[in-house]
Amino acid sequence: MRRVKSVKGLEKWKDDILSKQKRSEMIVSVCGGTGCQAYECQKVKGAFQKELTQKGMRERVALKVTGCPGFCERGPLVTIHPQNIFYQKVKPEDVPEIISETIQNGRKVEHLLFEDPNANRKITSADDIPFYRSQMRLLLSRNDLIDPTHIEDYIAVEGYQSLAKALFQMKPTEIIEEIKISGLRGRGGAGYPTGKKWEECKKEPNETKYVICNCDEGDPGAFMDRALMEGNPHSVLEGMVIGAYAIGANKGFIYVRHEYPLAHKNAEIAIQQARKAGLLGENILGSGFDFDVEIAKGGGAFVCGESTALIASIEGRVGEPRSKQIRTVKHGLWGKPTTLNNVETWANVPLIIEKGSKWFSSIGTEKSKGTKIFSLVGKVKNTGLVEVPMGITLKEIIFDIGGGQQDGRKIKAVQTGGPSGGCIPASLFHLPVDFDSLTQAGSMMGSGGMIVLDEGTCMVDVAKYFVHFLEEESCGKCLPCREGLKRMGQILDGITEGRGDGDSLALLEDLSEVVADTSLCGLGKTAPNPVLSALGYFRPEFEAHIHQKRCPAGVCTSLIQYSISETDCTGCNACTKICPTQAIKGEKKEIHHILAELCSKCGSCKDVCKENAVIVQ
Amino acid sequence: MDLKSVDLIVDKHQEKRTALISILHDVQDRYKYLPEEALKMVASRLWMDINEIYGVATFYKSFSLIPKGKHSVTLCLGTACHVRGGPKILRELKTLLNIEPGQTTPDKQFSLNVVNCLGVCAIGPVMFVDGKFYGEMNSLKAKRVIEKINKNKRKSGVKS
Repeated sequence: MRRVKSVKGLEKWKDDILSKQKRSEMIVSVCGGTGCQAYECQKVKGAFQKELTQKGMRERVALKVTGCPGFCERGPLVTIHPQNIFYQKVKPEDVPEIISETIQNGRKVEHLLFEDPNANRKITSADDIPFYRSQMRLLLSRNDLIDPTHIEDYIAVEGYQSLAKALFQMKPTEIIEEIKISGLRGRGGAGYPTGKKWEECKKEPNETKYVICNCDEGDPGAFMDRALMEGNPHSVLEGMVIGAYAIGANKGFIYVRHEYPLAHKNAEIAIQQARKAGLLGENILGSGFDFDVEIAKGGGAFVCGESTALIASIEGRVGEPRSKQIRTVKHGLWGKPTTLNNVETWANVPLIIEKGSKWFSSIGTEKSKGTKIFSLVGKVKNTGLVEVPMGITLKEIIFDIGGGQQDGRKIKAVQTGGPSGGCIPASLFHLPVDFDSLTQAGSMMGSGGMIVLDEGTCMVDVAKYFVHFLEEESCGKCLPCREGLKRMGQILDGITEGRGDGDSLALLEDLSEVVADTSLCGLGKTAPNPVLSALGYFRPEFEAHIHQKRCPAGVCTSLIQYSISETDCTGCNACTKICPTQAIKGEKKEIHHILAELCSKCGSCKDVCKENAVIVQ
Repeated sequence: MDLKSVDLIVDKHQEKRTALISILHDVQDRYKYLPEEALKMVASRLWMDINEIYGVATFYKSFSLIPKGKHSVTLCLGTACHVRGGPKILRELKTLLNIEPGQTTPDKQFSLNVVNCLGVCAIGPVMFVDGKFYGEMNSLKAKRVIEKINKNKRKSGVKS
């Protein structure tokens, strides 16, 4: 690898990479994100490698394993450049056809193209697919052009040019001013103005300062940071170097959660390559500025996403938060001034330096600028990562991009903001998505998880899920969170098991207030949000559980019964074979029956029944 | 127990106390759990109290003080996997393996774990078995994954 010592050297390196890349006529990009790995994309890559080598085409056709383009549900994804042909659900056995048809003869392989279900037509380019059409992919767009383990790929798409600009054309105060004017706010969920945070940290007189990248994406249902760190780690690193230069830090940490092995690996490779290339370490690009980054690995504790707990964890201690009366910009890692930003926040920095604060602030709403990546998941047709300008409505995200309901059940709400957020009912889907609007509706935008819920989702169960989640993840330091959540969980267990009474909801609301008002850190303070928002918008569901001992969504096992529809059952025996308790009786081709006393309500019969004959009441 | 690896791991992290979590991860990767002898050795090398080490080892969920089974079965119960039927799969796995999450089968073959999110939400419910992700699971598919491991084991048993 080349070591660049000046801006000129960086330019020359980029030109050399580009002229080398010109030699290949085509690029085959195979998504190597964790989602596509679950669909065995490695085998697809292996098939391309083998086939291209056998045909002697490796010189002409470049093969890249890239980061996640977002449409995970359709994986493995393969894109052919420069024609921009988007193939989905590609299997290893499709590879010879792609090579002989598309690569050798320029024809499309129709059965691998995405089919628009509404228009019944095949779509060639990803840009025309409804899932991508309404998106504004500033951060994610480069994911399918870059092999994250090759720094050259990032250099080729103007990578580290913003760093060069920041180091040689801007003073640290000018960089902070630029970030401030851009209106960038923290993408981890709290939405604190990034420029202001940097300024406060810079003002501190201490000589030693730190920057930290928070990749402890613990919110269940969210994976934006994983995709960025796995797919384009250099963009995050570049942002960190610029930030460190602006505030005067020489050392940084990336805190990666233990559940993200690929993000950890790719970040490690990126750091090593950037060091070798002279873009990290001593005298970066010959500017005289020194900065290096180390990775700290998490240990599977949700609370470590909180800044003070995360810092304790990097210091090798138990991840317990502390009171934030003195903020981390003053007293952070090892007591030194520390700037901690989320992965997505750091990844936005090079873009702002490159294109200017004016450009950035022209995107979004008055108080929330730029784009935001959401993980659109749950009961919606198109699932995956969605990058949209702030201010877009929930309806546009869920119906235009997400394609609406999944399997005939009406969508009734969306859960945003993870365990600190809440559920927003379909009647409020006209709300714009930004830092402030969703908070007013009793939820929050949060870090970007968007879990769509339909009529088959029980809101009491969702509230119970989050309370138990937080009960388990509470560090136990302060009493309101430790004991309060436990009691709230017990009340919700009671409601879902048919033991709720007239006082349950009032008690739940009282406890929620106490936990929110008296907990030490953000985890406890926001813990009652999922319960309060569910109670606010879906109270009749709670009341049905309490007064009629009925679960309208058919989820809470204590309150439901399974039976088989006599009109729909074809007697195929699929359910009798799968039933773990032998609770289903009936000869082949005769109508089956479920014996209630043996039924464990596991739902396996409903999963296997092709006729939809299993009824839950 | 051969503790040479523990020495090497502590050396690799330059005896830094701040690297404690990384050291424990490396020890667990090597021994598949955190053996008491290894923790004592880490404590003495880092000049730390063993209580402090236990505090950290028991606070973070990814560490285990008991040996893990040969095959690791991890079920994701993040929100997206939960609303798409994750709990049903957990019931199936508990019945199949006859253990609770966090436990290992008496024959030391399977360990069952649940995690709060693996970040593969778009294709949930997700299972992570022996380093491989499985998407769009249901109880039937989960059963097949476990049966396949058992079948392979029997096959290799015959060969040997």
